[in-house]
Amino acid sequence: MSWVLIALLVLPLVGALVVSLPFLRRDDAKAKLVALAFSVAELLLAVVLWITYEPGGPRLQLTSSVDWIAGFGVHLSFGVDGIALVMIAVIAVLIPLVIGAGWAEKLPSGRSAGGYLGLILLQEAITVAVFAATDVFLFYVLFEVMLIPMYFLIGGYGGARRQYAAVKFFLYSFLGGLIMLASAIGCYVLAQDKIGKGTFDWATLVTVVREADTSTQIWLFLGFFLAFAIKAPLVPFHTWLPDAAAEAPIGVTVIVVGILDKVGTFGMLRYNLPMFPEASKALAPVVLVLAVAGVLYGSLLATGQRDMKRFLAYVSIAHFGFIALGIFSFTSQAGVGSVSYMLNHSISTGMLILVIGMVIARGGSTSIADYGGMSKVAPLLAGMLLLSGLTTLSLPGTNSFVSEFLVLIGSYPTQPVYTILATLGMVLAALYVLWLYQRVMTGPLRGTALLSTGGPGATVDPEKAPITDLNKREIAVLAPLVALVLLLGFYPQPVLDVVTPSVGATLSEVGVTDPVQEGK
Amino acid sequence: MTSFLAQVEKITPPEIAYGLIAPVLIVLGAACVSVLLEAFLPKHQRWTAQLLLSLLTIVGAGGSLIATAVGDGFPPQGQITLAGTIAVDKPAIFLWATLLVLTFGAILLIADRSVEPGGAFVAQAAIRPGTVQDRAQVAKTGMQTEVFPLTLFALSGMMVFVAANDLLTMFIALEVLSLPLYLMCGLARRRRLLSQEAAVKYFLLGAFASAFFLYGLALLYGYAGSVRLSDIANATAGTNRSDTLLFAGFGLLVVGLLFKASVGPFHAWTPDVYQGAPTPITAFMAACTKVAAFGGILRVLTGAFADTQWEWRGVLWAVAVVSMVIGAVLGLTQTDVKRMVAYSSVAHAGFLLIGSIALSPSGLSGTMFYLVAYGFTTIAVFGVISLVRNADGEATHLSQWAGLAKRSPVVAGVFTFLLLALAGIPLTSGFIGKFVVFTAAIDAGLTPLVVIALVASAVAAFFYLRVIVLMYFSEPAPDGPTVTVPGAFTTIAITLGAAVTLALGLWPDFVLDWAGAGAFIF
Repeated sequence: MSWVLIALLVLPLVGALVVSLPFLRRDDAKAKLVALAFSVAELLLAVVLWITYEPGGPRLQLTSSVDWIAGFGVHLSFGVDGIALVMIAVIAVLIPLVIGAGWAEKLPSGRSAGGYLGLILLQEAITVAVFAATDVFLFYVLFEVMLIPMYFLIGGYGGARRQYAAVKFFLYSFLGGLIMLASAIGCYVLAQDKIGKGTFDWATLVTVVREADTSTQIWLFLGFFLAFAIKAPLVPFHTWLPDAAAEAPIGVTVIVVGILDKVGTFGMLRYNLPMFPEASKALAPVVLVLAVAGVLYGSLLATGQRDMKRFLAYVSIAHFGFIALGIFSFTSQAGVGSVSYMLNHSISTGMLILVIGMVIARGGSTSIADYGGMSKVAPLLAGMLLLSGLTTLSLPGTNSFVSEFLVLIGSYPTQPVYTILATLGMVLAALYVLWLYQRVMTGPLRGTALLSTGGPGATVDPEKAPITDLNKREIAVLAPLVALVLLLGFYPQPVLDVVTPSVGATLSEVGVTDPVQEGK
Repeated sequence: MTSFLAQVEKITPPEIAYGLIAPVLIVLGAACVSVLLEAFLPKHQRWTAQLLLSLLTIVGAGGSLIATAVGDGFPPQGQITLAGTIAVDKPAIFLWATLLVLTFGAILLIADRSVEPGGAFVAQAAIRPGTVQDRAQVAKTGMQTEVFPLTLFALSGMMVFVAANDLLTMFIALEVLSLPLYLMCGLARRRRLLSQEAAVKYFLLGAFASAFFLYGLALLYGYAGSVRLSDIANATAGTNRSDTLLFAGFGLLVVGLLFKASVGPFHAWTPDVYQGAPTPITAFMAACTKVAAFGGILRVLTGAFADTQWEWRGVLWAVAVVSMVIGAVLGLTQTDVKRMVAYSSVAHAGFLLIGSIALSPSGLSGTMFYLVAYGFTTIAVFGVISLVRNADGEATHLSQWAGLAKRSPVVAGVFTFLLLALAGIPLTSGFIGKFVVFTAAIDAGLTPLVVIALVASAVAAFFYLRVIVLMYFSEPAPDGPTVTVPGAFTTIAITLGAAVTLALGLWPDFVLDWAGAGAFIF
């Protein structure tokens, strides 16, 4: 059944090529339809993949491998575990919604929808491949190549400071990737010394590198970790994200925050923990400090933001702190919590970004101060902002609550201090979400973005405001997300079933005894 | 008298393996024929004849090279011939092949007359541009064709340089490859003063470098009593000779080599010469000289100084770091495309030096692979640069490239790909080159150097990105340059360079295997 995975990799690639064909570049409406068709087909394939995957089966499933550069033991090999499966699924869910949400978006002059959607599909193909790669070299290659379409998406279609944001995004990730490359080569040389033949096969490297002494492991660990900490992003490697998120078009922001960043935390789980268990244990306190700092710093800055898109970036930074906390607490509950957090963050933050994008599309401004009392004219939109906000602050009954709760309850036994500090982030989350809602939606209708006349604070008859409520297309885009938020909030079992064995395997590779399991 | 004759009879002439050195002989012979063509053919026939001769020479030399390399007569490790002066071994064959193919691309660029009517070269450089005489000169001479024999002479010098088994042969080869280059730099039709300044600068600095090389050679002869690489290596192994002679000689010799390879801090000529020289010549120089110079460096370091590496390694570490830092940092401040590529070549020279001082089989094959990758990308880069023009010739100022993607998406796309290759992004040959060199270096214990190299790569990526930003995300200037539709020759050269860059990024196995097929013999 490994053809499913290969098809998942190839299909968006074909879609990208088709959409970029000259005749579709001239016809925006057709290009959008074709791109949507490809992304929906990809979603169906992802469903097939989910069904095919056996949660209790081998560590890596649906594997396939061919030699690429034989002289260096490099393979084109793909396969998924539960963690990768979840991430691939969420990509497949988000991309059609992103395409749908951007349907009416006006592109910069001289740019065609075909080019834009082609890049998005290309991004989808590469990102799926990053999660599915089981060869360290291949992973590195895709990790870097992943930057190129995103660079053009931000730089070509973004806001006023898009050039700056695109270059900053690229250079940060590129530098991190290069340092990871040094570590990957280090692992290769280590394998050469230990087993006589260099290889980049992940499964082989795990068995070889984990035997290395702790100081070697620490150096190699740091190379990988730096790349992932920039990608995820953890404080203090986060400064590219607010710029990228603020300048990118809204759909691209969803992809950056919801999908690309997950490669960072995914990498920690797939590469750092199993390959360098001793280093992971030795450096866990450092990572935990960064994680908690990220939670608090991100929350505080989100509270103080005046720009909606930068607000989204800082919310995400706070959430990545939670995910890293769960990963480096080394308990199965926290680990499962982190992985499901990665999924739920994509869904709930993705929804929040899309809703805020709809607000911005109406007001034409990203400044929070330009809005006010919008619920009077757009009650449905207000409801959606409230719901997406509540799932972002992990209200019980929404999907994020399950994962955040698991992270905290799982981390507490091993890391009580950090956990308690991180809990403050939950309080701040309520503050920044509700305050945003209050400023934008409640009270009298006000703000320069909403009023055709009058300055800030002026009120006019709601009938005169040029603001409309959600249209059918926007409802169709948000409905699946609402369904997922509630479904996974009340019945998270399918996800947890898929994730738990893989997380267990990862933790057993680290070799920690799980206090939560022992207590039972 | 009789006793003298008797002595003469006792001297046995050295055995010459003509089959093995046939490629060099073909190129040298063709260069001489080319001079004769220039002297005796009527003007209007020269371009066709010279071009045909040059291309046939390359094809012929390549053919004989393949015949030698795969023929039964080729000893597995190679053979030393011409009384121990030329070593035709696997690396030499590899580098010869590389030089031939790269020169093929460069000759196509040189021969092109569609981009600049009458070619990029001027007949009488002393005539001031834009004057009546100048226009008469353009109308009279279709294209100045001395450049073809000069190219062939330079090529033959490069080929001997990478195979030279003693320092004296190497010196002569160095001069044979350099002198034509000095001349060719001063031949630009446009911006003549800049071009002539570049030629003079290159000549003066090159003469200094040659003098350094020669002085080092003399000291090493004093030390070892021989100029053969293997004799020097033997002399360094456990003797009580003067270390001062050895290291002073080594230092001077290496300075001469590093100068040719434009490794910082011996790079000062590079930006001016790259900028001033006619672009096809810059392409030839950037690609082929780099290959030749690093071929020589690899051979000298491995052949003569491998046993003393712990004494000099630190110095070359420092040189590599300086080169990478200068290339990456000064590259950031450039506003001219050709100068930017020049500084990028300085940074690349630093990366190549890392592979060279690894002194291991994987270091050798990695460096040679890097040379192939870099050479092809560079040829294509300069090919593209020669296309973007305004009324004054090539528009090399970066600001003139703004919004190029809107006007000519194909050229911008190809250039972007090439820049990504120079930056070392995966799926290009530039990445595989960096990867193999860094792997060899980490294996040889040069990890700190590799980390510095990676940071330098990231810094250098910034200035490549800047060009991409300009081309794609900036609004085009109203009086901006136009992209000339290239003629067949330039198109072939660019396609060749870009296709190899992509192919080696996806399937590097073949070239990697070939580069790793054998070692130097001495």
